[in-house]
Amino acid sequence: MTKSIIKLTVNGENHEVLAEPRELLIHVLRERLNLTGPHIGCETTHCGACTVELNGKSVKSCTVFAVQANGAEITTIEGIAGPAGLHVLQQSFREHHGLQCGFCTPGMITRAWRLLKENPDPTEEDVRFGMAGNLCRCTGYQNIVKSILAAAAEINASREAAE
Amino acid sequence: MIPAAFEYHRPKDVGGVIALLQQHGDEARVVAGGHSLIPMMKLRMTDVQHLVDLQDVAGLGGIQVAGEQITIGAMVTQHMLINNADLTEAAPILKEAALQIADPQVRYMGTIGGNVANGDPGNDMPALMLCLGATYTLTGPNGTRKVAARDFYEAAYVTVREDSELLTQLTFAAPKGGYAYEKQKRKIGDYATAAAAVQIAREGGLCVAASVSMTNLSDVPVWSKAAGAALVGTDCGPAAIRAAVDAALKDINPTEDNRGPVEFKRHVAKTVIGRAIARAWSRS
Amino acid sequence: MNDLTPPTHDERVANLKGMGHSRKRVEDARFTQGKGNYVDDVKLPGMLFGDFVRSPYAHARVVSIDTAAAMAVPGVLAVLTAKDLAPLNLHWMPTLAGDKQMVLADGKVLFQGQEVAYVVATDRYAAADGVEAVVVEYSELPVVTDPFKALEPGAPVLREDLAGQTSGAHGARRHHNHIFKWEVGDEAATDQAIGEAEVVAEEMVYYHRTHPCPLETCGCVASMDKINGKLTLWGTFQAPHVVRTVASLLSGIEEHNIRVISPDIGGGFGNKVGVYPGYICSIVASIVTGKPVKWVEDRMENLMATAFARDYWMKGKISATKEGKITGLHCHVTADHGAFDACADPTKFPAGFMSICTGSYDIPVAYLGVDGVYTNKAPGGVSYRCSFRVTEAAYFIERMIEVLAIELNMDAAELRAKNFIRKDQFPYQSALGWEYDSGDYHTAWDKALKAVDYDGLRREQATRVEAFKRGETRKLLGIGLTHFTEIVGAGPIKNCDILGMGMFDSCEIRIHPTGSAIARLGTISQGQGHATTFAQILASEIGIPADSITIEEGDTDTAPYGLGTYGSRSTPVAGAAAAMAGRKIRAKAQMIAAYLLEVHDDDVEFDVDRFVVKGAPERFKTMKAIAYAAYNQAIPGVEPGLEAVSYYDPPNMTYPFGAYICVMEIDVDTGVHEIRQFYALDDCGTRINPMVIEGQVHGGLTEALAIAMGQEIAYDEIGNVKTGTLMDFFLPTAWETPHYTSDHTVTPSPHHPIGAKGVGESPNVGGVPAFSNAVHDAFRAFGLRQSHMPHDHWRIWRIAHDLGLHD
Repeated sequence: MTKSIIKLTVNGENHEVLAEPRELLIHVLRERLNLTGPHIGCETTHCGACTVELNGKSVKSCTVFAVQANGAEITTIEGIAGPAGLHVLQQSFREHHGLQCGFCTPGMITRAWRLLKENPDPTEEDVRFGMAGNLCRCTGYQNIVKSILAAAAEINASREAAE
Repeated sequence: MIPAAFEYHRPKDVGGVIALLQQHGDEARVVAGGHSLIPMMKLRMTDVQHLVDLQDVAGLGGIQVAGEQITIGAMVTQHMLINNADLTEAAPILKEAALQIADPQVRYMGTIGGNVANGDPGNDMPALMLCLGATYTLTGPNGTRKVAARDFYEAAYVTVREDSELLTQLTFAAPKGGYAYEKQKRKIGDYATAAAAVQIAREGGLCVAASVSMTNLSDVPVWSKAAGAALVGTDCGPAAIRAAVDAALKDINPTEDNRGPVEFKRHVAKTVIGRAIARAWSRS
Repeated sequence: MNDLTPPTHDERVANLKGMGHSRKRVEDARFTQGKGNYVDDVKLPGMLFGDFVRSPYAHARVVSIDTAAAMAVPGVLAVLTAKDLAPLNLHWMPTLAGDKQMVLADGKVLFQGQEVAYVVATDRYAAADGVEAVVVEYSELPVVTDPFKALEPGAPVLREDLAGQTSGAHGARRHHNHIFKWEVGDEAATDQAIGEAEVVAEEMVYYHRTHPCPLETCGCVASMDKINGKLTLWGTFQAPHVVRTVASLLSGIEEHNIRVISPDIGGGFGNKVGVYPGYICSIVASIVTGKPVKWVEDRMENLMATAFARDYWMKGKISATKEGKITGLHCHVTADHGAFDACADPTKFPAGFMSICTGSYDIPVAYLGVDGVYTNKAPGGVSYRCSFRVTEAAYFIERMIEVLAIELNMDAAELRAKNFIRKDQFPYQSALGWEYDSGDYHTAWDKALKAVDYDGLRREQATRVEAFKRGETRKLLGIGLTHFTEIVGAGPIKNCDILGMGMFDSCEIRIHPTGSAIARLGTISQGQGHATTFAQILASEIGIPADSITIEEGDTDTAPYGLGTYGSRSTPVAGAAAAMAGRKIRAKAQMIAAYLLEVHDDDVEFDVDRFVVKGAPERFKTMKAIAYAAYNQAIPGVEPGLEAVSYYDPPNMTYPFGAYICVMEIDVDTGVHEIRQFYALDDCGTRINPMVIEGQVHGGLTEALAIAMGQEIAYDEIGNVKTGTLMDFFLPTAWETPHYTSDHTVTPSPHHPIGAKGVGESPNVGGVPAFSNAVHDAFRAFGLRQSHMPHDHWRIWRIAHDLGLHD
């Protein structure tokens, strides 16, 4: 079928890829743009390993055709860290042992990043509910929840200190 | 899981959509959030030759709460429903139900139009629209028509919508009184084992209006007129609830699946409907 | 303090971040930035992609395979069938259990999802189109998915290739669908003890079929370099060295010309121990095309075709005095192995370590018999986060104890305490032949009961039952008890091997001149954090900071031979090898230090990070200085350099144990449960990294929650898999997962160099019976004895229904 040029802004960089309409966003990110941080876990929109930020939404990129994202702004785990270094969430996951095999981690952190933007001061229940689109097989979530709550506290503390 | 090849279209207006649907007939499918359709395409369980993306189509968005009338564009996502303060004020049952749909990522993409138009008996919004007495606006080659949600569903994945029509918006009167959407599921992301939507209006100590509908308990969403009628004029006490539940159970026809056998589903339905009525009454 | 103040002893210990330190993980920097390197991230120039045509039927003849249309699909380069593999003798492959398995369907298919043809194409989209275009004509055969029906006289013949073979790898076969009968213990003495007993409890305990389902599926990239004759195979392998040996034996390529690399692995849990047709086909495809070939299964393929776990029907009889002292245990298992016996067990143990089924109890006489059976279900039989059927054994005995408690009308906690192996009985010889290394069960049990206020919970439960009977509540309270004993760390070469390879493990260390180091091991981490924790063992043993030690695993060209990571064997075996290699380093370092300090070897002693002259601690040489000297000084009688290697053959298994208590609320009308409290006490001997241990416990408990409360691979009567996606195959989210409280006691292993026992699988082994017992316990007051897992909503509802709790 007809290939077309798809324009994507990923982690602040502009890309143009020539792709078939049926190519999934996750495959374009991983195989054409070599952004292998987002992973493929279930392919039926349950596990969230492929989560990326798409125009201000947390999205499972295995269930979006790249052509649907034509013109979109995308952030993957590779774009979460800033010029000053790792994002607080990335540090917090390490500090609180919020990961083991690491396969779910990019999706987890990318989703948590959006969650904290929308709810900067979540309760444990908020975090468990807000992260329920991401499966982890290793950690039992307890330390993931702890990592996100600690990151929120740290972000809030530094914001208050700045004000 | 790799989908078969297709042609992609991204029209800018409803007219463009209709033209494509007319041109390609049943080879064409519209895609809104895509979170029902795309997995089916990946499993190659549905044959789509032409995919018509609605994201750029003008006039399909927006939530309007104007007096007693609520209008929701087909492309409004579950996430938007949850976060719209006016809507939550006017019809809080939408937020309560939307929060029980799928998971956060899916709710950013999944639209109310897709949810109600797809005809999947597992989807939650159809029962809600039946409960609220909503009207769907369908636009096709011959113009626009309005269909009551209660007349829309014919069988699983079969609705009165013609292949060349597009569901563009939903309207309903702001509900009065108490509400509840009670859903039992195996886990986040699952469809309902049984779910019930209830709206109850109270005057003094008595129920003056009630509407009861159910999800995933038949091949279509079910509105039980008799269940609502059984509550009107009562104090919604245990006897009235029992009568309403008994009436509702007469209107369903669940089938066995991995969630359990029919007998179990009927029992859960009974429990869930009863709890939904009690909760709606307590909020009325 | 100024910079010249020498560090204190405690500061020097802390600086090492050695054993006992909750060291942060070194792996996390790359994983949190999306820079892990998993097999699907491997990308080579010209790489092709392979994909399978799979059988839609559970039992059928393959009448014909037409590949013409597939070959016409743009991008498709080859379609392999059994006919193509037969000349290479690769259409079948040996399994780990001494059986053989079809690589591609050879005349018939025996389970839904079986590999029929392998399409090779330029990319995964073209490969999928090719799969769609292959036309296979099948002729359906009668299906048997029930192992009891499979053994009936007129049952369909599944394995026609075994016609006339009355014995297999594990002895006699008594029926065409029978694989083996394996027996341990004294049946006559057991029958006599049970026959004479005052109280006997009998029950059938089914541990249903499930699947490890790591978040990353299985996959590989095979790359045959025809110029230098070298095959490189990247893959999701929990045992890369074994894969190399198998690949060499099958392909005829000399082992030195095969390099197997396990890159980062996205969880294993036993799924990635076996050798799958995808690996063989990818290797063949790479040899045929001369290009690298990638194969990565999708989730449905993963759940349907690779590595189921459990599926054990365990019929038990347990006897006791009327005071509750157990006198005998009889267990017969009907083991459903699916279409091929591909169980991943040590060769001499066709039912793994199921004979640990006497559990934590001093049972004088016992018998275990296991019948392995073929059915039209997927092969596998892997150890899903457990050591070779230990979780089946633990579930069996912990259910039998509960049933016996009902029979005795006794509190189940008291019954356990009455029968625990006492501390002074260790090392303990079990009736089924194991020597338990160490344990202190009563201390752990008492601590656990106290932590949850067990007596208070029982009072609350009694009150709840009364309220329920009065119609004041529709919720019941269950208290799930478990005291499990594991057997891990396989294992001594004298009785443990896989395909003839003794189950030792290995560590090789090189100390660099500036005092940092690299160590390589025969294991491979799949999330356990080996790069962090093995460095801690070495830090304590050698006196070099863990932060200065690189750990490498998984590349067979560089790592010493080892049997891999599964069955909680990494710490008991490779961890011991690390300690022993570290001690070799230390022994040489002692000679160097003595030379530098101009004293006799015996006059220096090791002190955290240095050797000091005995009685004169101000005279010392740090390990850093010693390392430099090893490369810089000519020391008489000592070779230059500082390296060591250890291959460790463990003298015994290790026996971690634990006490778990689950408090669960159950809604009898909906079958919905809520876990109010979960307390997990683990004793894994010496604790290397408490943070990592706690993480393992949380994860293992969550896998146990899934298995006990909903997860299964279910088939319908004609062999269709009903639970092929994550919609139906239950993996809990953060929302369904409770908060856990973890605790510990420390009873070191006497035979392990550092006293460690392993912990990765304990929470799954102990967690499943704890969750399940909570469900059962909630209904005990209403007469429930046994109800099979998984305890999903409708099955719990059915318990209540059958007990007449619904009006």
